[in-house]
Amino acid sequence: MSRLAATFEELAKTGRKALIPFITAGDPNPDFTVPMMHAMVDAGVDVIELGVPFSDPMADGPVIQRASERALAHKMSLKRTLATAMEFRKTNQHTPLVLMGYLNPIEAMGYEDFANAAQRAEVDGILTVDLPPEEGQEYRELLKARGIDSIFLLAPNSSEERIKKIDAIGSGYIYYVSLKGVTGAGHLNVADVEDKLRQIKTHSRLPVGIGFGVKDAETAKTVADLGDGVVVGSALISKIEANLDDLARAKHEICHLLASMRQAMDEGGQQ
Amino acid sequence: MTEKYNMPDDRGHFGPYGGMFVAETLIPPIQELNAAYQRYLNDAEFIAELDADLQHYVGRPSPLYHAERWSRELGGAQIYLKREDLNHTGSHKINNTVGQALLAKRMGKTRIIAETGAGQHGVATATVAARLGLECVVYMGAVDVARQSLNVYRMKLLGATVVAVESGSKTLKDALNEALRDWVTNVDNTFYIIGTVAGPHPYPAMVRDFQSIIGREAKQQCLEATGRLPDALVACVGGGSNAMGLFYPFIEDSQVKLIGVEAAGDGVATGRHSAPLCAGRPGVLHGNRTYLMFDDDGEISETHSISAGLDYPGVGPEHAWLKDTGRAQYVNITDNEALDGFYALTRMEGIIPALESSHAMAYTMKLAPTMGKDETIIVNLSGRGDKDMQTMAKREGIEL
Ligand SMILES: Cc1ncc(COP(=O)(O)O)c(C=O)c1O
Repeated sequence: MSRLAATFEELAKTGRKALIPFITAGDPNPDFTVPMMHAMVDAGVDVIELGVPFSDPMADGPVIQRASERALAHKMSLKRTLATAMEFRKTNQHTPLVLMGYLNPIEAMGYEDFANAAQRAEVDGILTVDLPPEEGQEYRELLKARGIDSIFLLAPNSSEERIKKIDAIGSGYIYYVSLKGVTGAGHLNVADVEDKLRQIKTHSRLPVGIGFGVKDAETAKTVADLGDGVVVGSALISKIEANLDDLARAKHEICHLLASMRQAMDEGGQQ
Repeated sequence: MTEKYNMPDDRGHFGPYGGMFVAETLIPPIQELNAAYQRYLNDAEFIAELDADLQHYVGRPSPLYHAERWSRELGGAQIYLKREDLNHTGSHKINNTVGQALLAKRMGKTRIIAETGAGQHGVATATVAARLGLECVVYMGAVDVARQSLNVYRMKLLGATVVAVESGSKTLKDALNEALRDWVTNVDNTFYIIGTVAGPHPYPAMVRDFQSIIGREAKQQCLEATGRLPDALVACVGGGSNAMGLFYPFIEDSQVKLIGVEAAGDGVATGRHSAPLCAGRPGVLHGNRTYLMFDDDGEISETHSISAGLDYPGVGPEHAWLKDTGRAQYVNITDNEALDGFYALTRMEGIIPALESSHAMAYTMKLAPTMGKDETIIVNLSGRGDKDMQTMAKREGIEL
């Protein structure tokens, strides 16, 4: 069983929900990332999404765009993100790690070379934002053959047909984008998310992580009740951005926010 | 000899190129757009309305003008200019915006967004939005806002909101990113009018189809003027819409050479250029697979061209296919050569071309002398130079 499947199964047994932070590899500099990942695990997260910086992050809002720009200014790349993952694994064998990014860096590396490198780095899942199910068959098979999950997005406007399609080819979990927009946008409508989750659950057996619009302990708890996991990104990266002159403080604030989410979710998640 | 050509396939692929590489939130609107487009493509009423707009609003057909003096001066092939510069708003861009706006209206969309480089597409979009009474937001890189300020003012006069994009290289690619972000946020009421033959399917095919009025007219006009097909077609290639519009109706006429002219900026060897077909390789950006400029890590490169409308690291996927199959050939012209083309047409024929179109003129100056006097070249004069007066005056040290 994959690390992701095992993690979600274990959480389900105790009625808890996954806390899934997203940070961009190399933001604000390459040395920051691995210690930050370990600290997040200590703060109680279950899965880590690591963003691969890209020059043209079309689906991201300003906060994650700037994270990408900071990382790229330090020559962060897909190769170095994989090296970061490998280093994290040296001292953590249990926390599932998902790489999230755009297709072109992977195209540039070559699908097979990338799949091999991801396997060597013991990456558990890949979410390629601009690669919908229609276009990526060969790529998915290469990942699958190496035991790496392909994680897909679903959106508020996704049809029943697409839910079924993504259930059929996705694995690990589904990332439900709770609102129409880019990362870091506005606030989510709880009733809408609830309705959509009901529809997704009717047609899919996969766990669902809900992201976009999770900002604090309260939204984390609300969202946790609706699905199987909570993804939080821009709210964490904002802490980095606000403390570029004091990164120890950035790290502390991120851990503090995650710990408060963990606590709220565990109170709210036990049904 | 003619060969049947029916690209793209039903999922928008031109061989390995094209496709629909977008985030999930954009899949439903793209499917909705494709359904509407397929429906109206052959709808008699839609076509009649489009034709009427092209005639009475855009001013088509545009003339095919025999540049006799310039042809004589160059001493070779007879040069004919397809006068897209005479269209309403001053370039070929309006052929496409009129078409997409009619679709938007039929789809019940109330808000229009667009990206623009030189501002010609932005102006053409703001124009049709004003005419239909639709809200219009145009995204434009901050660098381009500065170098095409006349067009920014035109868009504002027309009632559009112009958003200066400060991210990345602050040029056309970043404007496209920002327009895509707007679209995912406002999918329900918003129609995204892409200005070139790029983006996810169905845009490359749809924009080509709207622009192919250029080639259909040119073919007929050439037959009337010379009694035969032209020997070569020349057009500048940014995203590639004016080129595709001219080329498409000639693709099966394999004796007609198709030549696309990319912007070499300071020279392809310097790396400061916008010539992905000449010096890039296949990758994925903005919804499709095509030739792109990117580094070893897959990060998109910054581009350079004197003309904002060609300053883009990608190119429409159909051009990638035409290159690989050898049906079209792609060459490049530096900033300085483009300036020679600009002055030549201005002084020889009394026509001031856009800096984008000047690239096609400059290549024609190289090509024509290598051909016989009984041969013909059709060059797409995709736009007029009014928008570039400030840039040119500044180069000459003149304050306007
Ligand atoms: C006059 C003119 N020609 C050409 C272009 C390049 O676009 P395309 O390659 O899509 O024709 C532009 C773009 O702004 C333009 O304004």
